Amino acid sequence: MTLELVCPAGNLTSLKAAVDHGADAVYIGFRDNTNARAFPGLNFDEAQAAEGLRYAHDRGRKVLLALNTYPQSDTWQRWTAAVDRAAKLGIDAAILADAGLMRYAAQTHPRLRLHLSVQGSATNHEAVNFYRAHFGVQRAVLPRVLSLAQVENVARHTDVEIELFGFGGLCVMVEGRCLLSSYCTGESPNSAGVCSPAKAVQWRETPAGLESRLNGVLLDRYGGDEKAGYPTLCKGRFEVRGETYYALEEPTSLNTLDLLPAMLKIGIAAIKIEGRQRSPAYVAQVTQVWRAAIDAAKRDAANFAPTPAWQAALDKLSEGQSHTLGAYHRPWK
Amino acid sequence: MNLSLGPLLYYWPRDDVFAFYEAAQRWPVTRIHLGESVCSRRHLLRLSDWLALAETLAAAGKEVVLSTQTLIESESDLKTLRRVVADGRFLVEANEWGAVRLLSESGMPFVAGSTLNVYNPQTLDFLARLGARRWLPPVEMSRAALAALLAHAPAGIETEVFGYGRLPLAYSARCFTARHYNLPKDDCRFRCLDHPDGLPLATREGAPFLALNGIQTQSAGVYSLIGELPALASLGVASLRLSPQSRHMARVVAAFDAALHGAAGAAAELARLLPGPAVDGYWHGRPGLEHGAPSC
Repeated sequence: MTLELVCPAGNLTSLKAAVDHGADAVYIGFRDNTNARAFPGLNFDEAQAAEGLRYAHDRGRKVLLALNTYPQSDTWQRWTAAVDRAAKLGIDAAILADAGLMRYAAQTHPRLRLHLSVQGSATNHEAVNFYRAHFGVQRAVLPRVLSLAQVENVARHTDVEIELFGFGGLCVMVEGRCLLSSYCTGESPNSAGVCSPAKAVQWRETPAGLESRLNGVLLDRYGGDEKAGYPTLCKGRFEVRGETYYALEEPTSLNTLDLLPAMLKIGIAAIKIEGRQRSPAYVAQVTQVWRAAIDAAKRDAANFAPTPAWQAALDKLSEGQSHTLGAYHRPWK
Repeated sequence: MNLSLGPLLYYWPRDDVFAFYEAAQRWPVTRIHLGESVCSRRHLLRLSDWLALAETLAAAGKEVVLSTQTLIESESDLKTLRRVVADGRFLVEANEWGAVRLLSESGMPFVAGSTLNVYNPQTLDFLARLGARRWLPPVEMSRAALAALLAHAPAGIETEVFGYGRLPLAYSARCFTARHYNLPKDDCRFRCLDHPDGLPLATREGAPFLALNGIQTQSAGVYSLIGELPALASLGVASLRLSPQSRHMARVVAAFDAALHGAAGAAAELARLLPGPAVDGYWHGRPGLEHGAPSC
């Protein structure tokens, strides 16, 4: 039974760390806004991508390329050039969100394997099968908003392989359907490849506490003993009817180790670890834990239980040092 | 350029919905969008009610479009969608790609809603070939980006722009209104009914920021392009969408109609009717919550 472990890499060191610690596939992006982690200093130029591919292929692993922002009209060629480069490099699959770009890829490079990005917002089998019928998409990454029962229903009604997020940052909104970041800063994942971009973040010590702002908008204020996290817009504290709380989502991470047997049973093709912006050390540790967990679940799903050591290791790496099953577990909604 | 009334994004009592559309028959809007596009739990109007309303409005001379759900997760969501498509009497607005599949396979023309994420002419061309007759850009698209897209747009497809109302910014599986009341989504007790224009969310220093509308998150700011009608017309935009709000909607429509006819004072009249601060940053290529063209 296959259940691939797909790990993130923002640079060559991370890619090697992922491969060395047991990733079946590593996903990367080019060094521009053609992918949803368009951060300064992150990502791969063509030579680095080629070296990463060599490193992975020599060890029997795959490299996937995220081209999952929406091409803008006046710079359309940047995205098609990236698709061309991916095909030329021999990338194992390109992860796309935009239908027009998928049409280009399918027509121009029919042998390039296509995955539907989570940014494509496909939340049901009719949508997944649409991309299969028109572009021959072979795998779909589902948004982190479906319950496991809903995931199972999608999987039952399609030949397209299903990939799920297993660990890392938790998007509380449907990916590809969230413009909160551009409302506040002018830049969204869809059009700029960033969410709550670092250049818009301001920290300020005030008598009321440490304040985090995004383009001037107060996202949170921390008391002396509170741990301040990266000010992602949806994880701030706000006021609603006189009550101040995490109105959208707590600063928590997704961790679905507990669900591994269920995912195996449904026939999920791959589990994705979020975090191309994270360090090589992070990638190494998360990959190592997930490799061990997946192997254990494959050996004996019936008696599988995450070990306390795995959970402790992952919790230490989690945002807010806490984790949730997210929408896979229905009460979260 | 004509005016269209967007789908009702909020959950209102049944009688209020009927009263709203009874009045809308007489408003100077060419087109009215009906149907539940936000939350499948909202059921005070069933599909049969929406279809009956559609017949009434069509008989009153309005173009009617049935808008469909933006987030389709379950088999029962798909069932509703299939029934809308199967009815076949009215043009349907697809707000996600499963709907595009069902409509295009049925050979039905459709409207490509703003959440299909059309950011370039190639994707628009793809949709036009599948049967899209009208489309809406993502609400974050600037005037410059729209101009660049329309310069290479395929023939035979009309552009409609979201021109007035709280901006629909995000969709989640989680219901934020239920979360506010510490209720599970599956037992939300329909608290959206208490908030006919959404539940306002402010920053910790009291600045209006967002509005919670069930699984949808909106801007607190009210988007208005009333000052941009000549620019919209020069881009070839065919239609301007006005999003329903619970109060003063007749006057909002009248203000836009007056502005379309060049009446002075329409923008000033509209400014008195906004349920929140005016914003139009997106149109100027700036953060959405800003207002006014850059000074430089």
